[in-house]
Amino acid sequence: MESIALEGTPKTPTVNMDGATGIVEIKGRSIPENSIEFYRPLVEWLEEYSKEPQQLTTVNIQLEYFNTSSSKCILDVFKKLEAIKKARNEVIINWYYEEDDEDMLEAGEDYESIIRIPFKMIEVVD
Amino acid sequence: MSFNIDERYSKMNQGEVLLAYKGSITAELITNVLGVVESKLDHVIDKSITKKKIYNILVESLQNLYHHVDDLPYMVNESMDIHFGIFVISKMDESYVIRTGNFIKNEKIKKLTERLDKIKSLTRDELKELYKFVLNNQKFSDKGGGGLGLIDIARRTGGGVDYEFDNYDNDYSFFSFKITIDN
Repeated sequence: MESIALEGTPKTPTVNMDGATGIVEIKGRSIPENSIEFYRPLVEWLEEYSKEPQQLTTVNIQLEYFNTSSSKCILDVFKKLEAIKKARNEVIINWYYEEDDEDMLEAGEDYESIIRIPFKMIEVVD
Repeated sequence: MSFNIDERYSKMNQGEVLLAYKGSITAELITNVLGVVESKLDHVIDKSITKKKIYNILVESLQNLYHHVDDLPYMVNESMDIHFGIFVISKMDESYVIRTGNFIKNEKIKKLTERLDKIKSLTRDELKELYKFVLNNQKFSDKGGGGLGLIDIARRTGGGVDYEFDNYDNDYSFFSFKITIDN
């Protein structure tokens, strides 16, 4: 399947989704007024990928900011990953947060408690 | 008429003002303002976490404003810009204060008041639970996050939100919203 490679903008994150390696990355900031439009192709890609996933899918989420409009879409991404895991594939989620950014750590914990995949919380020290 | 928009605006311009705006609230404007404020914050605040917190809350409050401005009918006030709103970002003592203002239909006041009073009354843990509940259960529209914005702001500020309604006429009031971010 085609991979997705999007460059970040001041309002949207850098995205890389590669079906051949099973690596999914979302990095930067996600603050568009309307996030549904931005995330729809990503969720659709995961839907397609979930039909024939790699044995191991590695997900790296490293967000500097995200707005509440994005938060629901990000949950949709996680729900797709949860389904892949449920179908007996391995899924690793790495949640990166900046040193001392308690709000971002807590946001990761919120997601972790909603979907049933343990997160690896990784503090990034400058 | 008892409510005067210019008076309200100058009342909102308290403290050391970093940025004040009165006029049309458009997506483009918000993008520009976020860019300007971000570089301004870089100059006035050293602590990256404080900067991030303010920026996050600013994004949420301006996007909330953008989504919820009610337009006064042209007949009522022909000199007012469409999607009229106000926002002021200032520093007061050791806190940063974000104020927004917009017209709202009177029929929406009751619901908004109830929601705000509820959010203000919740503890930190209760806000977290409410946030997760709304995130996981509520349908989101293209417009917004089912009230998630207000919950998010209250969470990040430890309930540091306040509001006021000024009656404008039979159909409209002016909604003033104040967010205090302790440094």
